[in-house]
Amino acid sequence: MTEHLLEVRDLSVRFHTARGMVNAVNGISWHLDRGETLAILGESGSGKSVSASAIMNLIDCPPGEITSGQILFEGRDLLTLDAETRRDINGRRIAMIFQDPLSHLNPVYPVGWQIAEAGMAHGLPRAKARARTLQLLTRVGIPDPEAAMAKYPHQFSGGQRQRLMIAMALVLKPDILIADEPTTALDVTVQAEVLSLLEELQEETGMGLLLITHDLGVVAEAADRAVVMEGGRVVETGTPRDLYHGASHPYTRKLLAAAPGKGEMRQPDEAPAPILQVRGLEKSYGPFRALRGVDFDLRAGETLAVVGESGSGKSTVARLLLRLEEATGGSALWKGEDLLQKSPRQMAPLRRQLQMVFQDPTQSLAPHMSVFQIISEAWAIHPGILPKARWRARVAELLEQVGLRPEHAERHPHQFSGGQRQRIAIARALALEPELIICDEAVSALDVSIQAQVIDLLGKLRDELGLAFIFIAHDLPVVRDFADRVLVMQKGEIVEQGSVAQIFDAPQALYTQRLLAAGLDADPDVQADRRAARLALAK
Amino acid sequence: MSSMLGKRAVSSFISLMVLIVLVFFLSRLTGDPAALYLPVDASEAMRDNFREIHGLNDPVLVQFTHYITDLVCFDFGDSLRKARPALEVVLDSFTWTLQLALITMALVSAAAIALGSLAAFHVGSWLDRLASGLSLIGASAPDFWIAIVGIVLFSVTLGWLPTSGTGTVWHWVLPIAVLFIRPFGLILQVVRGSMITALGSAYVKTARAKGVRNRPVIFVHTLRNAMLPVITVIGDQAAALLNGAVVVETIFGFPGVGKLMIDSILQRDFNVILAAIMVTALAIFLMNLLIDIAYALLDPRIRT
Repeated sequence: MTEHLLEVRDLSVRFHTARGMVNAVNGISWHLDRGETLAILGESGSGKSVSASAIMNLIDCPPGEITSGQILFEGRDLLTLDAETRRDINGRRIAMIFQDPLSHLNPVYPVGWQIAEAGMAHGLPRAKARARTLQLLTRVGIPDPEAAMAKYPHQFSGGQRQRLMIAMALVLKPDILIADEPTTALDVTVQAEVLSLLEELQEETGMGLLLITHDLGVVAEAADRAVVMEGGRVVETGTPRDLYHGASHPYTRKLLAAAPGKGEMRQPDEAPAPILQVRGLEKSYGPFRALRGVDFDLRAGETLAVVGESGSGKSTVARLLLRLEEATGGSALWKGEDLLQKSPRQMAPLRRQLQMVFQDPTQSLAPHMSVFQIISEAWAIHPGILPKARWRARVAELLEQVGLRPEHAERHPHQFSGGQRQRIAIARALALEPELIICDEAVSALDVSIQAQVIDLLGKLRDELGLAFIFIAHDLPVVRDFADRVLVMQKGEIVEQGSVAQIFDAPQALYTQRLLAAGLDADPDVQADRRAARLALAK
Repeated sequence: MSSMLGKRAVSSFISLMVLIVLVFFLSRLTGDPAALYLPVDASEAMRDNFREIHGLNDPVLVQFTHYITDLVCFDFGDSLRKARPALEVVLDSFTWTLQLALITMALVSAAAIALGSLAAFHVGSWLDRLASGLSLIGASAPDFWIAIVGIVLFSVTLGWLPTSGTGTVWHWVLPIAVLFIRPFGLILQVVRGSMITALGSAYVKTARAKGVRNRPVIFVHTLRNAMLPVITVIGDQAAALLNGAVVVETIFGFPGVGKLMIDSILQRDFNVILAAIMVTALAIFLMNLLIDIAYALLDPRIRT
């Protein structure tokens, strides 16, 4: 039997939690060879990150415990090595980068030192570590590397921080790089850049790359092989193409079916008059102009998607319309009345018609209130919608409408999963019988399969209740499936707007083309075309 | 950073002004000093004379104007009781308090950081439980009670330490020990909590993934981050001590600014009260400035 660079055999990890013993990883086996990219694909709770932590000896014991198995690195079982030997392997032979580079970089030390430390921890002299850091910063594309050395993590953008992490991991040219969701928090164009960088570096060094991800598109773009995990078990292994076209396990098929961007595009009918007319909307923070004269219309019952990368101003539009922040200029006519000119008193009754669903339901639902209180609070604020005697019955109805059960009313938000919490947030918004719901990245934090369910729910409510949506998102495939019209924003301006078909099939603006080419598709063949388009655009 | 210091200076100056106005007028409400300083059988003429000498006959607003103009020249007036410049009297006492506060806080910080860190490394161990127990008792025990029990035990029963006053090193032991307890309990808890948070943080995980040894993980990566909230609490506690540990100073007859303030209030020695308040307020302002500077030195995010 040939020896693999890294081989995980029958690994099981369990955690002691408040709710008893949880088997996070259950007898998984896979291997990684030199120069190969292996993706571990799974949704939250599948155990995909735990196996990486086990390789890096980062599982805290207690509460974690490796109960069986081997992790063979060049034939040596890492689990039987002494602590000092394992420490020495970390960073020198096997390195790791993480999902959220801001919290994974130490906030109080300059990044140059933090990168050099990866070498110094293994005996590289300071001067050499510094020289290597400078070389790597140049390689990963940090502008002005000499000056960047003395800067702190908070002074870089998200994409740059991930480049810093990559530089840090590569100081000693490791044999294996483990990347745990390395592009999840990044904009699509930045994600594409970071993935290409990883691929180039892999070609240069011949390292094995272990890519942990929940994103089928990342697998299609970057992986040679993929391991699909569910509930702590490996359910299927194969090349991205084999998995995409011939998945045998129902879970893999379910994941593939849930991947957005495959359905029919909606054909908007031009008939209804606009209910919202936004003209010249402006917002400045000091000298910084976050929004520069945004104009758009929203028709009754229409779903208008606002897409763009972070900093494009798409969330600012929502906050200004709801008067969560004050605009510095422009108007927003809601059925003929300017929302931006209303006093707080005049605004109160209008708020009923305009509701919002936020990105993170864990933060947007008050943790100490029961679901009944969360939903019925709206009726206490807006008297006259519903007599108190009917509150209970109506909460039960709303919960059923969003796919929960009436008895859930007495529970608290922490007793629900992320997808269920977002359903509660939707029920809360529906309680006021609004005409417009603004969703700010409402499905971004959810797993693919849950995301598909929530999108289905929103679509159903749209058809039943004739709701209009402003759907703010950075995830283009979801927008493609859900929206009628799309606004593309960049740096506080609308660069293009049109029907879904216009934007996705015949984008005019270069920025829109770039955005679409940077998006990752679950189909490896489509993804290969995208990659070609992206490279062409880059030239 | 300099703009931050400037803003601080302006806001502190405004609070100081408000404080002066409040204290000046409120202390005038406590009664007539002439009734206190002159014999009971003093004639009305004598009382008038006393008031005239000390400018107490003028309308209050005139007195206030005089006071402010003198203040601009750093003249706080004389102490009624000691017939010496009030500022001199206050600075004498303040020196005592400053020493007491500095020594106590240095000991408290060292002990709390050491024990709190140890507790954080071994969460749930006997040491951790002991530290938590100590800190709970420390933070909740009333200091007057501890002071009295301390005197009874160590001075009266065992005869090891003097009961009160100053003079030898031994006189400092009981006041410091009593003042030590409460801040120690509070700071210990903060150190423990913030060390646990820092040890579980993502950047510590990164350091371990880089293969950094245990010792630098703790002393380089963890400690500096964990110290940020601790410094704030140390500053608060130090400010409380600078304000004069009224109860402890009174019980131990320690000639600090807290005791001076109480005595001056009881004796309607207005100039001393005002001077004492100004001096301690200034000290607390400087103290907070030091904390801000330390914070900015430790955390680059504050600097920009």
